[in-house]
Amino acid sequence: MSDAATGGMALAGSIGLPHFLVLAGILFSIAVAGIFLNRKNVILLLMCIELMLLAVNFNFIAFSRWLGDLNGQVFVFFILTVAAAESAIGLAILVVLFRERRSIDVEDLDVMRG
Amino acid sequence: MLTTILFYVYAAVLVGAALGVVLARNPVHAALFLVLAFFNSAALWLLLEAEFLGIVLVLVYVGAVMVLFLFVVMMLDINVAQLREGFTRNAPLGALVAGVIVAEIVYVVWARQLGLDLSGGAPPLPADFSNTKALGAVLYTDYVYPFQLAAVVLLIAIVAAIVLTMRRRPGLKQQDIGRQVAVRREDRVRIVKVEAEQRP
Amino acid sequence: MQHAVPAEVCLAIVLAPLLAALVAGLLGRLIGRVGAHSVTIAGVATSFALSAWVLKVQAFDGAPVFNGPVYTWLATDGVRMQIGFLIDHLSALMMTVVSFVSLMVHVYTIGYMHDDDGYQRFFSYISLFTFAMLMLVMSNNFLQLFFGWEGVGLVSYLLIGFWYKRPTAIFASLKAFLVNRVGDFGFLLGIAGIVYFTGSLDYLAAFAAAPRIAAHGFLLFEGQAWNAMSVICICLFIGAMGKSAQVPLHVWLPDSMEGPTPISALIHAATMVTAGIFMVARMSPLFEFSPAALGFVLVIGATTALFMGFLGIVNNDIKRVIAYSTLSQLGYMTVALGVSAYGAGIFHLMTHAFFKALLFLAAGSVIIAMHHEQDMRRMGGLRKYLPVTYWTALVGALALIGFPGFSGFYSKDVLIEAVALSHVPGSGYARFCVTAGVFVTALYTFRLIFMTFHGTERMDEHTREHLHESPWVVTVPLVLLAIPSAVIGWLTVGPVVFGGFFDGSIVVHADHDVLAEIGREFSGPLAFLLHAFAGPPVYLAGAGMLAAWALYLKWPGIPAALRARFAPVYRVLDNKYYFDWVNEHVLAAAGRGLGRIFWRGGDELLIDGAFVNGSARAVRALGALVRHVQTGYLYHYAFAMVIGLAALLGYLLLRS
Repeated sequence: MSDAATGGMALAGSIGLPHFLVLAGILFSIAVAGIFLNRKNVILLLMCIELMLLAVNFNFIAFSRWLGDLNGQVFVFFILTVAAAESAIGLAILVVLFRERRSIDVEDLDVMRG
Repeated sequence: MLTTILFYVYAAVLVGAALGVVLARNPVHAALFLVLAFFNSAALWLLLEAEFLGIVLVLVYVGAVMVLFLFVVMMLDINVAQLREGFTRNAPLGALVAGVIVAEIVYVVWARQLGLDLSGGAPPLPADFSNTKALGAVLYTDYVYPFQLAAVVLLIAIVAAIVLTMRRRPGLKQQDIGRQVAVRREDRVRIVKVEAEQRP
Repeated sequence: MQHAVPAEVCLAIVLAPLLAALVAGLLGRLIGRVGAHSVTIAGVATSFALSAWVLKVQAFDGAPVFNGPVYTWLATDGVRMQIGFLIDHLSALMMTVVSFVSLMVHVYTIGYMHDDDGYQRFFSYISLFTFAMLMLVMSNNFLQLFFGWEGVGLVSYLLIGFWYKRPTAIFASLKAFLVNRVGDFGFLLGIAGIVYFTGSLDYLAAFAAAPRIAAHGFLLFEGQAWNAMSVICICLFIGAMGKSAQVPLHVWLPDSMEGPTPISALIHAATMVTAGIFMVARMSPLFEFSPAALGFVLVIGATTALFMGFLGIVNNDIKRVIAYSTLSQLGYMTVALGVSAYGAGIFHLMTHAFFKALLFLAAGSVIIAMHHEQDMRRMGGLRKYLPVTYWTALVGALALIGFPGFSGFYSKDVLIEAVALSHVPGSGYARFCVTAGVFVTALYTFRLIFMTFHGTERMDEHTREHLHESPWVVTVPLVLLAIPSAVIGWLTVGPVVFGGFFDGSIVVHADHDVLAEIGREFSGPLAFLLHAFAGPPVYLAGAGMLAAWALYLKWPGIPAALRARFAPVYRVLDNKYYFDWVNEHVLAAAGRGLGRIFWRGGDELLIDGAFVNGSARAVRALGALVRHVQTGYLYHYAFAMVIGLAALLGYLLLRS
């Protein structure tokens, strides 16, 4: 019987759900930090978004595996589709932006300043 | 046992690649780090016995989306030197917020266990379980409408991308069939009555 | 059995002058001067005729008292606010006096204001005044009384400041209004007290509740229980002090001479200033229950009677001397009220109305003749130029000093005897004041007569050439007023003062009913006349006449010498006991200072600065601060979202 009382604190034991979830969390927060720290590159912004989506996908698949429910994986399928579409459009916008401004500096995009 | 080692190896490389994406100076390097991250993710997903999605990740994401990224990165004439200003100034705050989020997630997931007993391994699957088959069985029956809609979404993405970036070359002569067909007789022909010359 | 006076008659008496006032006021330009004075004189004449008829019906035909509401304005919280009339002997007498004097003044004004631009406006105002005064005396409830009270105060303000381009006139009119306001404040408190104890504004309800109120204690200040009736009566009397110009609220009356002479005669001699006296007499059922209030009334009245008389001796403006005389005589009336001789007070009010109005109008006639010169030092010897004016003025003067036989003699001597017989606290002081006042009155009155009509002619040549008697519109009212000044005392003292004329209207408690005492020994005007030679007042009056003759005709150098000798006394008198100085430099300045504090500090700093502008400034500052959140950068917004997410998560986790 696994030690439920102490929780999944046994690192040398088998890989449990918490491991995957923590990993996804770390990925997510790295991506978020990346969005914030990145000042100069819009492409980096889009790449961080992809990372975030990847973290979310991890969550879905891990839960799907442990709960035996295939719906999680179906959802990942659709997330992949939509992520692809969104990055395509995002990059198109980026290209148009670059044509107009000759710069992909995020700090130049402040027309909506209050 | 092997699973555990593999997990930790792939996980470590994944996190390292993610950090590389964020910290890389050159955007091309960042894109390549992202490719690495995806590969490792695919490996982890294989560990989770989601083979189909793992392969799809590599084929679609890495193969298509990341290639697109690299295309764009190399197409834009970017001044690399100025890309790194302002980084160190905000690093502590960003690291702090990220750390807080990780701490919270760890707290929920690990210390509080989500209220479930999930520390053990995943429930075992039958030996002849085919992930692809199972996925297909669900996808084309229960989720057929979302499936078609996903296709429509992709179509829209194509159209949008083209519409956004298409530009006309100035001075290019093109036929506008619509206008050609819409021409009326009055626009092209004008009957003029001319006095016949006087014959002497 | 005579029927009571119908309500329509009452309404006609009151509304005729009002209607005339509105027509003359609003359509003045349309109907012209003749139209204006015709319509107003018609209105007041109607009032007078009907009032005289009411008096006849009430006094001679024995009609019952009419007391009834005519119109209910509103009823709130159990208090009914109505327009109603109380026609008994007292009000009938007042109505007749008021409308008669008003009519005389109306006719007189045709001559006096002949050259004035505001002719129609003047007639409108004096008609309006007549309306308000009639409402006051005919009222049967406190609200209508107060309405009339305020109305006469308002029209007095309008009339004193009639020549509104003159700064002194504006000052005087405002002063009159403000001082009256102080009195009105007390008056309102008194009325509030009545409403508090009886829940009604009606006179009869108040009178019926009087014994109950008098038994009530009242914690006015900490630890000091005052009798409720005393408090109410003193508050009501404070209103009378304002309106009837008793010390210290007398300061407005001399200044009110800035107005045209007709209104000095009408308002500040005969009618408005007597409203206070009338009110106290009307409230006699209440005052009789409060010896403290009566004592207060007595002392104030006595002080006014004597000390205002002194001021008449040193003043040189003919109208102001008569004004101080009015103040003094009002003091006499108040003294009569204080010793519960209400009938004597009202009787003196009536006779005083006639002879004082006469004196004012005569002074006005002199002023017209002298081309609006009012300083007596520049007059003299006018009796051969203005014979009618002189003889009527002389009649008025003799009546004023109480010369035996004239109306003033009867009213004043009854009054002085009543004070002498009274034993209430303060009556000793009052007796001294009113008796000494007889000498003073005679002195200043005949000083006026001698300086104006006798002696050397001190006016310049140009004015002397133009001296002539005033037109008939001026002299006829003088004559018509001189007649009652001479004879009405003889004719009416018996029935009015001792004949139970006021039995239904005035209540006097038996233990201090001095008039009843005098009445027991009264046996007719002739007997009273002869009896008077046994007492001091007649001789004091004679001494005063003699002194005036000596000081101003025989040896005119003496007054100047006296003035030099008693310079400090003279200075006090000249400054009118410094009342005006205190009012202007202490009270008014304090008021203005307080106003300035509230303006600068309260209004500008607090309300404008802190609330209005401050709130705007705060909003703008806050906006300027919050604006920095809108940086326009996507990553800032995303970061904010993430921080919010972290915080929310943390809160949820820590909570559970």
